[in-house]
Amino acid sequence: MRPLLRDRRAAFGLAVLAIVAAAGVAAPLVTGGRPTAQGDIVATRFLPPLAGDRAGGFHVLGTDRFGRDVWTRLVYGARVSLAVGTLAVLLSIALGVAVGAAVGFGPGLVQLPLLALTDFALALPRVVLLLVLAALWRPSAALVVIVLGLTGWMPVARLVQAEVRSLAVRPFVESAVALGSSRGRVLWRHILPNALTPVIVAAALGLGNAITLEAGLSFLGLGVQPPAPSWGNMIASGRDTLVNAPWVAAAPGMALVLVVVACTLLGDALQDAWNPERRHSLTPPRAVSARPR
Amino acid sequence: MILPLARRALAGAAVVAGVVALTFVLLRLAPGDPVEQLVGPAATPEQAALQRHALGLDRPLPVQFAAWLGRFARGDWGRSIVTGRAVRGLLGDAVPATLELAGLSLILTYLLGLAVGAVQASVGPRLDTALSVTTVTLFALPGYWLGLALIIVFTYWGRALPAFGAAGLDADALTGWSRLADRLRHLALPLATLTLIGIGGTARFVRGAMRDVLTQPFVRAARAKGLSPFQVTRRHVARNALIPVITLLGLSLPALFSGTVFVEAVFAWPGVGRRLVEAVQARDYPVVMGATVVSAVLVVAGNFLADLAAVWIDPRMRQPGRET
Repeated sequence: MRPLLRDRRAAFGLAVLAIVAAAGVAAPLVTGGRPTAQGDIVATRFLPPLAGDRAGGFHVLGTDRFGRDVWTRLVYGARVSLAVGTLAVLLSIALGVAVGAAVGFGPGLVQLPLLALTDFALALPRVVLLLVLAALWRPSAALVVIVLGLTGWMPVARLVQAEVRSLAVRPFVESAVALGSSRGRVLWRHILPNALTPVIVAAALGLGNAITLEAGLSFLGLGVQPPAPSWGNMIASGRDTLVNAPWVAAAPGMALVLVVVACTLLGDALQDAWNPERRHSLTPPRAVSARPR
Repeated sequence: MILPLARRALAGAAVVAGVVALTFVLLRLAPGDPVEQLVGPAATPEQAALQRHALGLDRPLPVQFAAWLGRFARGDWGRSIVTGRAVRGLLGDAVPATLELAGLSLILTYLLGLAVGAVQASVGPRLDTALSVTTVTLFALPGYWLGLALIIVFTYWGRALPAFGAAGLDADALTGWSRLADRLRHLALPLATLTLIGIGGTARFVRGAMRDVLTQPFVRAARAKGLSPFQVTRRHVARNALIPVITLLGLSLPALFSGTVFVEAVFAWPGVGRRLVEAVQARDYPVVMGATVVSAVLVVAGNFLADLAAVWIDPRMRQPGRET
């Protein structure tokens, strides 16, 4: 952990994520109002950043077209974005580890079908699937989590499978088998804990990915529904008021970029820490470096 | 070399078939159908049932799928439920627009990304860090947001470039150069959005790949035999670094297509992605199916071409036992 923190990229990434997460969790303390609160709309709409309103409210980032405080919505939106992103990544990691472990160490019977399934799912155009899934059911944060999780596990499965395979023939695993441990126990106690490092890297990069996609779906109106704030639907609503109130779309966009940069840098640093002979080479793991734009 | 490529082509066809079947089932599994929107809230249940029967939506799922597949194979892609237009014509207009945008962006992305990555691998740490910060930021930008930012700057403030559509309203009246200029002006912002973001990812990857190659013994050997730094980079480093880059090209095609979906939505670019978004939202089954087939084929064909390119650039891939 300490050498990791000495890496400036990791320190920056962790700091940004910690601050955003803390702001999201402590949202009621960081901001006074509610994200959906609106007063006299005509008097309070489109106030520029650092403006006060007649009721005595002060708006650091201005207000949107319903007179809602952009800063408050940004902070509550961080809750949604981080929670949805984290849960989606956890789901895809759980699925990926399960499939990867089964392919790498499971009975021969399940290996081939699961391998074929992974290859197949990896080749699917993810956004097409996302669009179809998200548009057909009633859009909600839970649906976005499930959809992102179900379409994001394949790179993790690939990584875990490769790692498990190479660990399975190592002497300490053979000795555990020789001592009479069951296969399940060997997998759970000896192999998986050692196979998790690349998963952590994939998780960091995947988090940025999931947050971008969540915002993208919400931007298209297929994700978190207004009036609940999410960075994606904030950008979408700011799109209509680009000319007279650019701050409405600018604030959530910058927050989004900051968080995704943090995730990427953290992932890079973790990658180098895990694989020291490739230090200074920024090559991301191939399976996770292709991301939607 | 022929056999593995044939196997790849078969696998690609299987993926397309899988995507199509999956989409078909998902469409029917979801609650609600296009008839509700089509007949309107004032319709009686009998009218809705009649319309459902007319569209064949009351038949069992396998029968519907077989019927669709049969018609599709014969070239009858059905009619849009919303607009009544033939799906083939609808998508026939959209495919060139998407290919134009995605293809040009791919070329620009890789040319510029290779250049930036190669510069980074060969300059001092200061410039390298500065460029790394730039590329990681570009990499993190969501396309729809960068698109909006470019619209503010170049359309609203600069009044320089149009932000919507692929051609001006008067495009049909224009001829020759002015027509081309009109198209290019409309292309500029969506293309810039896709390309800028793409450069971020590509440059990061190229830099890493070149750094990896620079540590190889054969690079030291090339330097030791007295080749100039430029020769070493061009003949030994760049060539070997290109192999993973070509592989990434194949892997980034689905991502590029995703990117065009969002960029098309922002810039009202009349491509496949925009048609797909519209059709999915309106439950326009025939258009969704057609657009899904087209996008799956585009992605799979792109991957296949990237495989061919990898074989072409890396002679080792041609040897038996090395195919992956």
